[in-house]
Amino acid sequence: MKTRMFRLAAVGAALAAAVATTGASAAEGKLKVGLMLPATGTFAALGTAIENGFKLYVQEQGGKLGGREIEYVKVDDESSPPKATDNVNKLIKRDNVDVIVGTVHSGVAMAMAKAAKESGKLLIVPNAGADAVTGAMCAPNIFRSSFSNWQPGFAMGEAMAKRGHKTAVTITWKYAAGDESVRGFKEGFEKAGGKIVKDLTVPFPQVEFQALLTEIASIKPDAVYTFFAGGGAVKFVKDYAAAGLKASIPLYGAGFLTDGTLEAQGEAASGLITTLHYADSLANARDNAFRLAYAKEFKLQPDVYAVQGYDAAQILGIGLAATKGDPTKKAEFAAAVRKATIDSPRGAFSLSASHNPVQDIYLRQVVGDQNKVIGIASKELTDPGRGCRM
Amino acid sequence: MMDIATLLVQCLNALQYGLLLFLVASGLTLIFGIMGVINLAHGSFYMIGAYMAFGLAPIVAATFGGGFFSTLLVGVVLAVLLGYLLEWMFFSFLYEREHLQQVLMTYGLILVFEELRSLLVGDDVHGVQAPPWLAGSIPLGELMTYPVYRLFISSVCVLLALGMWLVFTRTRLGMMIRAGSTNREMVQSLGVDIKFLYRIVFAAGVAIAVFAGMIAAPVSSVYPGMGNSVLIICFVVVVIGGIGSIRGALLAAVLIGFVDTFGNVLLPQAAGVLVYLLMALILLWKPDGLFRAG
Repeated sequence: MKTRMFRLAAVGAALAAAVATTGASAAEGKLKVGLMLPATGTFAALGTAIENGFKLYVQEQGGKLGGREIEYVKVDDESSPPKATDNVNKLIKRDNVDVIVGTVHSGVAMAMAKAAKESGKLLIVPNAGADAVTGAMCAPNIFRSSFSNWQPGFAMGEAMAKRGHKTAVTITWKYAAGDESVRGFKEGFEKAGGKIVKDLTVPFPQVEFQALLTEIASIKPDAVYTFFAGGGAVKFVKDYAAAGLKASIPLYGAGFLTDGTLEAQGEAASGLITTLHYADSLANARDNAFRLAYAKEFKLQPDVYAVQGYDAAQILGIGLAATKGDPTKKAEFAAAVRKATIDSPRGAFSLSASHNPVQDIYLRQVVGDQNKVIGIASKELTDPGRGCRM
Repeated sequence: MMDIATLLVQCLNALQYGLLLFLVASGLTLIFGIMGVINLAHGSFYMIGAYMAFGLAPIVAATFGGGFFSTLLVGVVLAVLLGYLLEWMFFSFLYEREHLQQVLMTYGLILVFEELRSLLVGDDVHGVQAPPWLAGSIPLGELMTYPVYRLFISSVCVLLALGMWLVFTRTRLGMMIRAGSTNREMVQSLGVDIKFLYRIVFAAGVAIAVFAGMIAAPVSSVYPGMGNSVLIICFVVVVIGGIGSIRGALLAAVLIGFVDTFGNVLLPQAAGVLVYLLMALILLWKPDGLFRAG
C-alpha cells in the first residue's frame, strides 16, 4: 500500500512537471534566452542575483530587446563542471535558444565557452572570472559582463605597493580562480617593486587555515594578499582576526573576500581593504537609480552579481539593437558591442578586443556593513587577454 | 625550516584540528560504525546543527533569556526528536537491506535537507558568535594569538570521546548495543527490545552530529553545502579507526589532523591527497582499520 501511494505521487509529480514545460511553448518572433545559472548549491544566491539583474533591465525596456520579446529558458547548472557540457547542450540542442547567459562557476563557464565556440551560439558570461574565457577561449560570439580574475588581483598588486608594502605572502585555494587572481596580483605587485615571499595554498574547498596562519606569523611579511569567496572567505577572515594577525600583518584581498559575507564576518572584517569593479557607496546617479529599482522589484539589496546580470542584458540589448533583433549576425553584433559604452551602475565601461570589460577597479574598505569606496586602484584596467586570437 | 616554537604551535594546531574532526565524525561512528548503516546524510545532520546554532539562538534568547548552554540543550533535544522520527519513518526499514539501498535513501535525504535549508533560511553565508566568556584569545609567540574557543572545542571533544567510550565499554546499555550489532536476533530472543534500543542509538548519533555542528558553528561559520564538505573526511576517520571503535576513531582523527596540518605546510602540492594516501596505507597494513571492534 505504502509503495503504491508513493508510486502514484511520483507519477503525479512527473505529469505536473511535463505540463509545466510544455505550457511555455515557443511563440514565433520571441527571442529565447537560455539562463544557465546555479539554482542550488553554494552559489545559488549569486545565480538569483544575476537572474534578477538581467530581468530588471529587460523589464525596464518593456520586456523587449532589439524589438523582440524575451522568453526565458532556465537550466540549473548546480555549479557542477562534470554536468556542464550536458547542461549547455540542453539549451543549445533541446531548447534551441538564441542566446546563452551564464554562469558563476569558472569550470562550468569554460565548458559553456567551448560549446559556444563550437555551435556559434551567442554567450554572455555574467560572472565567472576564468582568464581563459576572454583569453585562449575567446571568440567573436563570447562576451563577458563581469571581470577577469586577473583584474582585481593586478589592481591590488599596484595598490599595495603604493601603500608602502615591500613584501607579501599570498594565500588562496589551490584551484584555477585562486591561481589566476594570485598571478594577476604578482604581476602588479612585482612591477611596482614589491616582492612575494611565499605563495600558500589550501586544497579546494577545505577551510582549515590554522597551519598556514601559523606559517604567515613565522614569515612576518609586510602584508598578505588573499583570494577566497563565500563560506571560505567568512572563515578565513574570522580565523585571521582570531589568530591576532589582523593588527600586525594587514590583510588585503580580491573583493569577493568581503562581498555578501559582511554580516557573517562581523567585526573581524572591519577595516579590510579589497579591490573590485563595484562597491556599496558609488553614489553616482546611475547606480542610485539601479539600486532603487532593484530593491523595489525584488525586496532585496542588489550586489555586484546583480550588476553583472543587469549589464549582461545591456550588452545583449546593444548588440540586438544593431542587428534588428537577429542574434545570428555575429559580426555586426560584435562590432556594435565593441563600439559601445555600457552605461553600467558600476560606472561606464567598454569591452576590450577580447570582449572583457575595460573598467575602473575600485579600492574599497569595510566600514560597518558596507564596502565603501576609498579610491580607484586602477583606472580603465584592460585584461591582457593572453592567448586570444580572433 | 621550522623553529621549535613554530613546530610546537603547529602540533597544537594539528591536535586541535584532529579533535575537531573526531567531534564531527563521532555521530557517524555510532550510526555507521556500530549500527552498520551507511549514512550519507551525516553531513546534513552536522549542517542542521550549525544552522540551529544560528537560528535558535535568538529564539532561545527571547523565550528562556538566552545563554549558550540553553541553546545547545534545546538543539540537542530537537535533534533527538528528529533522529527518533527519522529512524521510525526511514532507517528502521534499512537494517536488513543492502548497502546500495542505504546509500540511495540517505543520499535522497541530503537533497531533501539541502532544499529545506534553502527554503527556510536561504542561501546566504552566516556567522555565529562564540559566547562572550569564550571569545578571548591567548598570546602565542610574538605575533600570534590562540582563540580560547578552539581550546574549549578541544576539551569538549576529549570529554565526548571519554563519555562515549565509557558508555560503550563500561555500562549495561553499551553491552546490549554491542551485542545487538553482532547478532540482532540473539539479543532480541534474550528479551531486549532491540528495535527501541536501536532507535535510541540512532537518535543519539543524530544528536551528536547536531551537537558537533552547533559547537563548531562559531569557528566554521554557517553556509549552504557545509555538510557535504565534512562527509568524506568523516568516513575516512571511521574507516581508518576501525568500524565501530571509538578509540580508533579518536586516534584516526588526531592522526589525520597531524598529516593534514604538516602536509599543508611541508608538502602543499600534495596536501589534498595525503589524507587519502594515509588511509590507503593503513588499510593495506590493517584492512579492518586500526581497532576493529568485536
